[in-house]
Formats: sequence, structure tokens, C-alpha cells
Amino acid sequence: MLIKKSGRHDYKESQVTDEAIYRDRRRLLKQMGFIGAGALLMQSKASAINLFAEDDTQAFETRPLNYQNAVPDKQILTPENKVTSHNNFYEFGTDKSDPKDNAQAFKVDPWTLRIEGEVEAPLTLSFEDLFKLFPLEERIYRLRCVEAWSMVIPWIGFPLSALLEQAKPLSNAKYVAFETLYDPQQMPGQRNRFIGGGIDYPYEEGLRIDEAAHSLTLLSVGLYGKTLPPQNGAPIRLVVPWKYGFKSIKSIVRIRLQEKQPRTTWNRLAPQEYGFYANVNPMVDHPRWSQARERRIDKGGLFASNRIDTQLFNGYEEVAPLYKGMNLRHHY
Amino acid sequence: MRRVSFSSLQITLLKALIHISCLGTALWFYYQATLDNLGGDPVEEILHFTGISTLNMLLLSLAMSPLAKALRQAQFIRFRRLLGLYAFFFAVLHLGSYILFELQLEWSMLLSEIIERPYITVGFAAWLILLTMTLTSTQTIQRKMGKAWQKVHNGVYLTAALIGLHYMWSVKTLTAKPMLYLGLLMLALWLRRDKIRRWLF
Repeated sequence: MLIKKSGRHDYKESQVTDEAIYRDRRRLLKQMGFIGAGALLMQSKASAINLFAEDDTQAFETRPLNYQNAVPDKQILTPENKVTSHNNFYEFGTDKSDPKDNAQAFKVDPWTLRIEGEVEAPLTLSFEDLFKLFPLEERIYRLRCVEAWSMVIPWIGFPLSALLEQAKPLSNAKYVAFETLYDPQQMPGQRNRFIGGGIDYPYEEGLRIDEAAHSLTLLSVGLYGKTLPPQNGAPIRLVVPWKYGFKSIKSIVRIRLQEKQPRTTWNRLAPQEYGFYANVNPMVDHPRWSQARERRIDKGGLFASNRIDTQLFNGYEEVAPLYKGMNLRHHY
Repeated sequence: MRRVSFSSLQITLLKALIHISCLGTALWFYYQATLDNLGGDPVEEILHFTGISTLNMLLLSLAMSPLAKALRQAQFIRFRRLLGLYAFFFAVLHLGSYILFELQLEWSMLLSEIIERPYITVGFAAWLILLTMTLTSTQTIQRKMGKAWQKVHNGVYLTAALIGLHYMWSVKTLTAKPMLYLGLLMLALWLRRDKIRRWLF
């Protein structure tokens, strides 16, 4: 092998990295992950081992909210830094750390949230409305991911039912459909199917109207006392604590009441694995993994023993009447 | 083109580099994981790291024969065993971490997962083949086994295919990285197609 030594002054103009490429270097490095062996290929972006630390992007700025505190209970909260660094938000990439890494410049103001369809009084909410229209309250909820891990998160928001009441659903409104922002400019996963996991965007979710109107169903605008960071679905997201996490759609721009059952993103992608209901249920396994137990993510590293039984409806038994007489194995 | 050739010192150094990078990254990851410095879920990070590293080392070891052929330099073969052994090293860490940190020693769960979940069945089968190859990897055993040795060690191609399947099956959607690995694996197997054909038929 012929190795030519060249001094540092030998660089030609053509060898200088274009600024656009330099700015985009992290994504490029990710895409050419095959250059190195072992850990380099891992591309883990945990802070301690981040070889290409981003020093030139500013963190998204959240601001404190006024809200009514939740009644404290015995549950141990998942630390804030874990809630905001371990996210499934494929619009910003499929690795758990991608959303935090790629979403800091996300623009949430101005924002428009439309409530439309089978309603008497369609609504259009501005960014400011999200925080002003309804009194905000804190709710400490368990979040159970379909991947068999879970967190305990102090959300801030208002019940979806409050918003629905204002829009006055018509009698033929049987379902509520939700839609995430579609903005490929801002969301790399929507630009490139390999970054976005091959999902047909925009992300869509849906609930039956009685599920949507249940007092547990929350529209969240904040967590840990502050407005939501983009990786958690800023400026407004759904939280349905008795269903697997993918039902809790992020960065919502449209809420549509309709007569037909809405199509939902994961169900379209893999209907045999993800149903419309997606209620947490330890008796009904995902075809590829068990749902009987879960790992609770709290503080502590590798040796923190945190494996617990998964509970039906994620422990929120009060929703059981909604599914009376239904075969939950069939309606998974 | 001049022929590539390594001095024995260079070979020793390259082997030392393999040891240091494999042991070093493994130590570093586990150390960070115990400190809870590996992002939101250190268990997932560790499983991903050890799994991908197994695949990396296996691909590297599979690359040695075609490389030796292409560059007409048999010296590359001398790295093959070490790279293969490190593939098993990471596979041991992968399965060990799954049992210890994911399942947290729920042995009944391990058994039912291996039986019921195709992607875990496939991964476990690959692990067993790697184990067999590791146990028969010394030169003494190689001599004793004669022709049978080659038959056993051609199992590496089956292992590669099984590990690829295990990976594709474990992810929720196919993104760039699994696709890239699928491509690399197919290339590695295609380069050895004659040998695989002879082995199979």
C-alpha cells in the first residue's frame, strides 16, 4: 500500500469542507456509520460518549407555567433528563436520542390547532390560546411504551373533554382523529424515509369519542413545571395513560371529529402488531415480544432493578367500563 | 500495485489494536452504563451496542478471506480467528446483558421468550453456533477434528444470516442502519457464494 505523506499546508481549495456539509456533519456521520468498527458504529449519542458534541445549536427554550399542582402520591418520578432524552418521535429520527438532538430548533410559535369536522362550533387555537383557554393542571401519569419500558411523568395540561365541550360535537361524531404537524423542512424524518422509519407522514392517531371524553385523557402543554420541549411533542400533545405510548400523538395541529373510525399510523404500518385500541394489556402480547412485564425507567444505571408487572389498562382501572363486553384480544 | 505485506511486528500491533479497541469500548460502555450516563435507558443502549458490535466483528472476520484473495496476501487470514472470537465476546455480553439487565434473571421468561419469539430463537441459535466455533477454535482442536472442523466453521455463514435476521426482526421499522447492515451481510455472503454452495450441497 502506497502511503503518501502530506503536510498540513498541502490542502487544496477543493478539499476544504463546504460550510453546509460542516453544519450537517452529525447527520452525515450518522449516515456513513459504517466507517468505523465497534463503538463508532454504535453512534450512541449519550452525552458522556458523544464524540461529535453539538456545540453550536442552542437548546430549545421552555418557560415556566402556572398550574394547579397534582396531589403527591408514592410513585417515583422518572428524572426530567430521562423524560426529555429518551423519546420516540420518528419525525426527528428513530434512535431514542435523535429527537432531542434534532428538534431543538423546532418552531412552535406561531402554532395553529384546528378543531373541526362533526362539531357545532369549529375552533382555531393559536399558540397563546393553548396555555390560556383552559386552566392548567398537573397530572402524574404512568407512560407505558409498547416496547415494554415505562416512565412516570408529571404532565401539565387540560382535559381533552374541556376542548371538546367548547367545540360541541354533533351526534354523529363517533371518533376523534388527531394529526401531527407535517413540515418536512423542520422534520428530517418526514424528508427522508430512512430517517423517519418508512412511516407515511403526517402521523395520525385516533380515539373513540367516549375515550376522548374520559376525564383521564389529557392534552398536555408541559411537563416538570415548564412548557414541553420539542422532543416531547411541543407545543401540545395528547396523553392517554391507559394506552401504549404511540397513541399519545405529539405536536398536534388538527383534531377532527368524525363518524368513521380514523386510520392510525402504526396500525397502517403493521396492522397485525398495532391495533386501533392499543390498550395496555399484559395478557395480550405483541407478536414479537411479551407485554407481561415492563422495565420502569427511573434513576439508577444498569444495575437498578426496575422490572415490574404490567397492569391491565396500565393500572387505570376506571377506564374498564369503556370496554365492557369487548374482546380485548381481538381489539388489541 | 505493490503488494500489501505486514511485518510480524505490524501484525502484533494490529492484533493489539483489535484487543484494545474491543476491550476498551466494552469497558467504557459498561462503565458509563453503571454511572447512568448512557441516555434515558442504559439497558437498551448496552443491548444495542453489544449486538451491533457482534455484527461488526463478524463482518470484519468475514471480510478477511475475500480481502486476502483480492490483495493476494494470505496474511489477512491471521486476523480472522481473533476477529471471530471478539464477535463471540460481544455476543456473550449481548446475551448476558439481556438476561441480567433486561430480564433481570427471570429464567422462566428467558425460556419462554427463546421458544415463543422467533427473533429471539434465531438470535439464540446464532449464539450457539458461535459458541461451538469458539470452543473448537484452537489449532490443536482444529488438527484433531480434521475435515469436520471446516464443516463446523463454515457455520459462520449461517450465523451471519441468522444474526442479520435477528436484527431486522427486532426493530420496529427498517431504517437506514439495518438496511445498511443487510446490504453488507448480503455482500459478505455473496463474496463467499461458491464456498457456501459447496458447503450446502
